[in-house]
Amino acid sequence: MSIVDMRVAGKPGDYKSNIKPIWCPGCGDYHVLMSFTRAFAELGLPPEQIVVVSGIGCSSRIPAYTNCYGFHGVHGRSLAVAAGLKLSRPDLTVVVASGDGDGYSIGGNHFLHACRRNIDMTYVVMDNRVYGMTKGQPSPTTEPDFDTALSPGGTGLRPFHPLVIALASGANFIARCFSGEPNETASVLVEAIKHPGFSFVEILSPCVTFRPDEVEWKSRVHPAPVAPTNDPGKAARRIMTDDGFNIGILYRGDRKPYQPAIGQPSVDPAELEKEFEL
Amino acid sequence: MGDRPSVSVAIVGSGGAGTLTAGSLLLEAAAEAGWQGLLTRTVGPQIRGGEAAALVRLATHTVECQPDQFDLLIGIDWLNAHRFGAEIEVGPQSFVISDPRGGDLPPNVAAAGARIVEMPFKNMAKAIPEGRANMIALGLACRLLGLGVDVVSTLIEKRLADKGQAAIGASLAGIKAGYDAASNLDFGLRLAAPKSKSTRRWLISGNEAAALGAVRGGVRFAAAYPITPATEILEWLAPNLSKMGGVLLQAEDELAAINMIIGASFGGTPALTATSGPGLALMIEALGLATAAEIPVVVIDVMRGGPSTGIPTKSEQADLNIAIYGFHGDAPHLVLAPQSVGDCLFTTQWATYLAEAQQTPSIVLSDQFIGQTRAAIARPADVAFIGQRLKVTNIADAYNRYALVANSISPMAIPGTRGGQYTADGLTHTEQGTPTSSASDHQIQLSKRCDKIENFNYGDHWATIEGAGDFAVITWGSLTGAVREAISRAAQDGVEASLLAPRLLSPTQPKRFAAALAGKKRILIVEQSHSAQFHRYLRAHYDLPDNVQVLNRPGPLPIRAGEIHRAIMEWRS
Repeated sequence: MSIVDMRVAGKPGDYKSNIKPIWCPGCGDYHVLMSFTRAFAELGLPPEQIVVVSGIGCSSRIPAYTNCYGFHGVHGRSLAVAAGLKLSRPDLTVVVASGDGDGYSIGGNHFLHACRRNIDMTYVVMDNRVYGMTKGQPSPTTEPDFDTALSPGGTGLRPFHPLVIALASGANFIARCFSGEPNETASVLVEAIKHPGFSFVEILSPCVTFRPDEVEWKSRVHPAPVAPTNDPGKAARRIMTDDGFNIGILYRGDRKPYQPAIGQPSVDPAELEKEFEL
Repeated sequence: MGDRPSVSVAIVGSGGAGTLTAGSLLLEAAAEAGWQGLLTRTVGPQIRGGEAAALVRLATHTVECQPDQFDLLIGIDWLNAHRFGAEIEVGPQSFVISDPRGGDLPPNVAAAGARIVEMPFKNMAKAIPEGRANMIALGLACRLLGLGVDVVSTLIEKRLADKGQAAIGASLAGIKAGYDAASNLDFGLRLAAPKSKSTRRWLISGNEAAALGAVRGGVRFAAAYPITPATEILEWLAPNLSKMGGVLLQAEDELAAINMIIGASFGGTPALTATSGPGLALMIEALGLATAAEIPVVVIDVMRGGPSTGIPTKSEQADLNIAIYGFHGDAPHLVLAPQSVGDCLFTTQWATYLAEAQQTPSIVLSDQFIGQTRAAIARPADVAFIGQRLKVTNIADAYNRYALVANSISPMAIPGTRGGQYTADGLTHTEQGTPTSSASDHQIQLSKRCDKIENFNYGDHWATIEGAGDFAVITWGSLTGAVREAISRAAQDGVEASLLAPRLLSPTQPKRFAAALAGKKRILIVEQSHSAQFHRYLRAHYDLPDNVQVLNRPGPLPIRAGEIHRAIMEWRS
């Protein structure tokens, strides 16, 4: 069933649950939730046909705040859950939500293989460059001089570059958004969900509690100056050399998604034992 | 000497010498001719250049374990055979056929007092264009056991059809050379004629049987990360799930594999993965999630020597503790253990059925011995256990995913079902599924998950219970066959012993166990674990009589029926 077949008239509010988020006042993730519900409404998908899958962390609480089916699993494994779900239920729209700790640190290996596998799903990472739920430790995207109790004086380590890694690993759609621009983010999410294969959307989402400096992001972000490319070489150069605040769709690939045929058996189940008969 | 009801042959050589091929053809030829039997492979960790042995036991009746001592040991070469140590035991009644150019006999073989006959396998093979020593060994074994050369020749033509006439010709010539060379050897190892061939029989390994059982139980999705000795389950499922309209997905690691099957099962598709101890250790966190979120999955652990990398190619029963107690928090789940090659089918099918019925993970503890042993057996009986999950379809009002219902098994909404939207969560949750840290919600949901599996009626399949008298041998898993044989030998000596082998290890069944042990005064516990995990498990959960002895040993040395027989006889006297 394609997305178009199932369009229903809906308002963003129809995709929101009545559960009150645990997020701090001012958290960027509230806006991400708003972008999710706007995107779902724009797509007109029935909420029961959408599954929002997540791991552990502040951002991973998002599934229950939607009125879709949700899966809030263990730390770092959301992409694996989503892969099993989507391959066995290709009729569902699968959106995976994660953060910079869940997605890039404990879940880093799955990120590489999800990009490589290119199953049709959308992976949204809310990056605030800090572990919020455990109260302020450095993540793989934290700047080297960010001083914390766990890393006095900073880690001294170069941050990880998720978009480049996604591109090198085979993601089929790559975009960067800013949570403070929910309409623009919703439009990118619509494109990401519609694009076949593995779509990766990084959303810069400030942590007002442990990274109050990130409030400044709103003055640093700017639309990407050039249109998206389907040339990975060009995309790599752009992503490698931009200032990290280029907002918009940066790469649209044309790799075929991975989806083995499933459904009807081609043989009678009783046939399977034949190979063992003497 | 009359013809024998059971004969055992070990064919030993360097890895790559083809001993496993020869053993496999010997078993298959004998099976085609109507005998029953099994082939256990014992190999080192190397893919080539290590050591390999095919252990074949053939009989007129069902056999479920290897013998105490091999009747016939054929050494194509002895280059690395010392690494097997006591795994391949021979005695004064045994015959050893050895190539004098194949290196020195291992000390235990040389000292066994067996009759040793020299046979120049290598030179004989050289005399045949493209000839191989393993085929000569195969021909020799056929002659000594009384298997017609025609059966094995037909088999060779079938098996090597795609390798061309030259390969077939070389193999047949090798078999004939071995057959002829045995013409003047009379060891009295001829097998008695097989019983009726009318019953339907299978040639199958435990790993294949487990995979077939899973599919019969309803599994249509598998995630796979290769690991010895479980890989054959996944390799069988890959094409066969596809034929069933399902799919197997190769994962990047075991963490992914377990989460993939949880995702598939959340979507409504019965799902499985297979692994061994190291992989199970990695999967445990997510198995706790499946328990808490009430998502059925099946994990087959084909146990090998542990801890850590341990002895990957050899058997042990030492993952009992992690399977039952390894989860963090209070996480009631199912643990089952198949008792023979054929029972891998039933137990895995039942495990799938139980997981689906109870919406909880089930772990199947197979092991390298039954997993990789290939056996000629009577076709296992069909059973009606097909996974049926309780689902909701029409939702008029509010839906509570974890509603408290009479049997504690709440109807599950599958994504796509309108009005059933909920978030499956590893956080402690309310009946609705909303995260909570309230003491009462925690208590209520812990009790619900415990009750649903404790109160389920498992019926008679929970254990194998055989025999009578006041003496019982308690064992589990792959040792059941050896214990059964030991008990039957004791009966021939006039000593009565009964067998109790629980197939369902968790949840425990105190009432049924107490009934099975009613009137028993002495117990012998048999298990393959260094720390006697099974004995401790029994002590923790069940009342045992005062007189208990334990026969336990780690792998890889099998616990043989003869040792168990001796232990029974000594314990009785």
